[in-house]
Amino acid sequence: MSDLFEILFTAGFWAATIRIVSPLIFGTLGELICERAGVLNLGIEGIMTVGAMAGWMWVYQGGDLWTGVIFAACVGALFGLLHAIFTVHLCLSQHVTGIGITLFGSSLSYFIYRMLLPDATTPPKIEPFEPLLIPWFSDLPIVGEALFSQTALTYLALLTVPVVWYVLYRTPVGLAVRMSGENPVAVEAQGINVLAVRTGAVMVGSALMAIGGAFITMSWFDAFYFGMINGRGWICVALVIFASWQPGKALLGALLFAGLEAMQVRAQQSAGAIIPYQFFLMLPYIMSIVAMIVMARKTKYPQALLVPFRRGERV
Amino acid sequence: MVENYKGLGMVIEPRQSVSIWRAGLAPVWAILASMAICAVLIAWAGASVLNAYALLIKGAFGSSFAIKETLTRSIPLIFTGLAVSVAFRAKFYNIGAEGQLYAGALAATFFGTGLITLPPVLMIPLLIITGAIAGGALLIVPVLLKTHLKVDEVVTTLLLNFVVLLLVSYLIEGPWKDPMSLGWPQAASIIDEGVFPLLLEKGRLHLGLIIAILFAILVWLMMRFTVLGYEIRAVGYNAKAAEFAGINVNRTVIITALISGGLAGIAGVSETAGLKGYLTLDLSPGFGYTGIAVAMLAQLNPLAVIPAAIFLSAVYVGSDAMSRAVNIPTYIADVLVGVSVLAVLCSVMFSQYRIRWLK
Amino acid sequence: MAAAPILEFRGVTKRFGALTANDNISLSLGQGEVLALLGENGAGKTTLMNILFGHYQADEGEILVDGEALPPGSTQAAISAGIGMVHQHFTLADNLTVLENITVGTESLWSWRQGNQANREKLARMIEDYGLVVDPDALVSTLSVGERQRVEILKALYRDARILILDEPTAVLTPQEADRLFETLKSITAKGLAVIFISHKLHEILAISTKVAVLRRGAIVGTLATKDAKREQLAELMVGRVVTRPKLSAVKRGAPVLEISNLSTSGGGSAALKNVDLVIHANEIVGIAGVAGNGQAVLADTLSGLIGNFSGSVNINGKELAAGDPRSIVASGVGRIPEDRHARGMIGDMEIWENLISEDLRSSDISYGGMVINGDRARERASEQIKEFDVRCEGPEAETKLLSGGNMQKLILSRALSRNPSFILANQPVRGLDEGAIAYVQGRLLEARQAGAAILLISEDLDELMSLTDRIAVIYHGNLSTPEPPEKRSIAEIGLMMAGQSQNNGGELQGVGHGY
Repeated sequence: MSDLFEILFTAGFWAATIRIVSPLIFGTLGELICERAGVLNLGIEGIMTVGAMAGWMWVYQGGDLWTGVIFAACVGALFGLLHAIFTVHLCLSQHVTGIGITLFGSSLSYFIYRMLLPDATTPPKIEPFEPLLIPWFSDLPIVGEALFSQTALTYLALLTVPVVWYVLYRTPVGLAVRMSGENPVAVEAQGINVLAVRTGAVMVGSALMAIGGAFITMSWFDAFYFGMINGRGWICVALVIFASWQPGKALLGALLFAGLEAMQVRAQQSAGAIIPYQFFLMLPYIMSIVAMIVMARKTKYPQALLVPFRRGERV
Repeated sequence: MVENYKGLGMVIEPRQSVSIWRAGLAPVWAILASMAICAVLIAWAGASVLNAYALLIKGAFGSSFAIKETLTRSIPLIFTGLAVSVAFRAKFYNIGAEGQLYAGALAATFFGTGLITLPPVLMIPLLIITGAIAGGALLIVPVLLKTHLKVDEVVTTLLLNFVVLLLVSYLIEGPWKDPMSLGWPQAASIIDEGVFPLLLEKGRLHLGLIIAILFAILVWLMMRFTVLGYEIRAVGYNAKAAEFAGINVNRTVIITALISGGLAGIAGVSETAGLKGYLTLDLSPGFGYTGIAVAMLAQLNPLAVIPAAIFLSAVYVGSDAMSRAVNIPTYIADVLVGVSVLAVLCSVMFSQYRIRWLK
Repeated sequence: MAAAPILEFRGVTKRFGALTANDNISLSLGQGEVLALLGENGAGKTTLMNILFGHYQADEGEILVDGEALPPGSTQAAISAGIGMVHQHFTLADNLTVLENITVGTESLWSWRQGNQANREKLARMIEDYGLVVDPDALVSTLSVGERQRVEILKALYRDARILILDEPTAVLTPQEADRLFETLKSITAKGLAVIFISHKLHEILAISTKVAVLRRGAIVGTLATKDAKREQLAELMVGRVVTRPKLSAVKRGAPVLEISNLSTSGGGSAALKNVDLVIHANEIVGIAGVAGNGQAVLADTLSGLIGNFSGSVNINGKELAAGDPRSIVASGVGRIPEDRHARGMIGDMEIWENLISEDLRSSDISYGGMVINGDRARERASEQIKEFDVRCEGPEAETKLLSGGNMQKLILSRALSRNPSFILANQPVRGLDEGAIAYVQGRLLEARQAGAAILLISEDLDELMSLTDRIAVIYHGNLSTPEPPEKRSIAEIGLMMAGQSQNNGGELQGVGHGY
């Protein structure tokens, strides 16, 4: 047990935590933006897969890394648009649409991957994002390696948290998004197009999810594997609930999970002989459920979450 | 009336009456639309679309072997489709049929590999019942979380899928590993008394098909004629009104979940004791998720689940043959399933609503 | 004052499917005028205003503001033309602050920051100018109904509205709050704004408006200056036919049926019941008046069996109420009419016969052994009830959601009354119905009283309570006053009690409402 405790003081553990937390941050914030506007986006698992494939494939086909990230974001936004057309504009079931998008997005990613690389037996690799050492800071003990020797995409993830917070709470468009998730009729009565606000929010949120996926293939690893998202999207959905729909708490929740996963990998090495590895792998899923239980009584749902808005409908 | 698109010169308004044929045709339109969308991918792969679909149909129905294979693959889909349609009827979004299927398979393996030996007439029902209980039991936590703490069941059931798969992985690599399997991770075989008999001499078509159809009829009767079925529908349509009328909403949702999980659990028993004979990690290539597409195509009607399951099974079996012949990734079948979920949502809506163009 | 009108409707027509909600409406409004739109429920008043405000788009006709055509179907255009609307169902986000609710949409969506300081100052000025006191940083969920209405008015004024629409603004207010609102409206018109005031209450219209337009079945049947209008004349114009609402007839009250003593519930703040005592006898209607959210819904839910957790005792015919068990409560002889017929009363997606058996699904009349539904018997019974209660529909297998509000209410009535209950809980039984349906529902309730039922009538309409009940009690912050016959108290007295500003007959001083 003391081994586990010592892990907490190793720079490697913290570096891994920060690496692992990045896709969770993108995914959780993306889902949070959608839900704040009143739309549950269960397409997240599929959209992350799409982003992982699209960004990686862009680079593999010769594109550079940053345009690859932008490409992944655009494809994610397109899937978000599809989700928005179904749920926001046609007012169809958000649950079923999301599951449909996940099935469609992930199968399409696999199809395209196989289509473009029919004969690849071992997954081909790309040159991923290199760690970007921040001068001076990266020399600090522990913190230097954990926080200031990460890739640019990780810095972007960490930066996204205050940006999303600022936009949601300090700008007019953020107020419109939050209000769309609380009472869409009130938004409409103030002359704002709720459908546009919700569509925009779902597209931006989905773009973030896709970047989260792209992070995994372009910064964390360097190849695309089947089933590589492996429920991370669903964990993000749970994290949003855990975070009570607040960006700051989302970061905290994501860090907790990433820390757990990083710890798990290390614990597996030391305790793997006694406890089978499958039980370590179960931990994030079980923790997600526990997290939702813990927060269940306290959270304040956006009141119009799952409630469609139909203009001109007789009430 | 939805006036969202007046700017585009159209409004969407409910049809005054929805004829039965229009409602019944909705899934057919959805299937055609899905095939049209997938045609783009097929054309991209460089194959002739018509030829590819002809190969798909031939691969699924072109020979008695193909038909038997299609029916065999439809068995788990009928069960998971029923599981989803019962749950969705009560607006209980059980996306965990995959995990419940494996729970059923675990139960069948636990009881069916020698722990108990009974004559087949008792052994097979025993496996089915234990599998159903295991599948239902897996939903107890998510459903109680939903009814008592309002925790969204979609996420919990999805997450449990991963947990159960890891548990299966652990068991068949560890304590339940068949020593005769030469290092391959699989559990011991189901004893002969528990194996579902084949329906026809050749091929793999087994008793599971009859049981699946029987359950479809039972579920249909239950939903249509019983007090419980009424309560499930009432809770799904309007839980507040159901509560006011004196229906115990939580109790109804819990029972629905147990039935749903049970049906998915039987799918696992049928695959283990009927098809494979033993439990492996690739027992289900996502039957639980495909069950959602089955239920949606069937518009949650238990009887319609049978043709919907056979159709999607044909897509899988046929696309195997097709992709071999014209070199298209087999994932085309999964794409078609995903698209069909979205397409059927749309087509059902347009069977109830129509677009009116403004002059 | 012959100045050009600032607002003009020209031939506005709006159809919903087969129904014509507004039929060729032409109207005009000048500066400083208060136009009252009078009409019963379903006459098309709200639809017309929703067209003006851009929520709906008219099928025909146009609207001119200052002589210029208003772009149809755009709330944004209506707001920039100077139109502000105070919706009947407030359009506020509960979890956001007053300031946020008021300023959303007032700034360019693409600006990088909110002008919080400037917004705050502007709002403070408005609050002062119009005397509409409210805390800008309070969450809307913490405000009283009256305060929420002020926020709605401020929202419109903040956007520099010159034409203010108020849709049934007094429906949720106490008489005193309504008087205060009228004062506010006077100060608003004095500043040159025009007001459109929607109501079906004649005395309000005569008190506040300068001009009345009467709507009936979507069409204007008369426009006249208020000073020339007479109450009877307006009433006749509004209803079009003489519908006399039924009246109480003398009947001797019987033995106690409903006996509530010391009933309290926990949680829910001002809606929680506090030591409520109430006895209702056979052949008696007791009414409960009160501003929404003061516990009447909790009381109704408790008696309906939706709330099972309470202290104190509730007896019906001497037997203890089956707490939290609607089915047993119904079986013990209680008929219930819920407040919201769409959300609680009926399941729209089910057929009529299915809805009519929902309360006694497991009874031997309807099911075999409580397991399998006897569909033939259920349809037969539904046919009888449809006939007896004069429900206009295609038959027992028609889809319930296709029914009109009045017919749906008749179905609920038939489900509640056909078993001859000894106690009837009627929660807002005529809300939103037209005069014909109102008379029908009230008549049925009076018949039941005559036949010996004890009835609890919860209503927001004081006139209805005054004319239809044997005794009236007022509920405020979960405290129920002792019921007194209507002639013992004036409307003004009841209004004060609804605001918590009066000694109730128990002799105990009630808490004083915040902000009043």
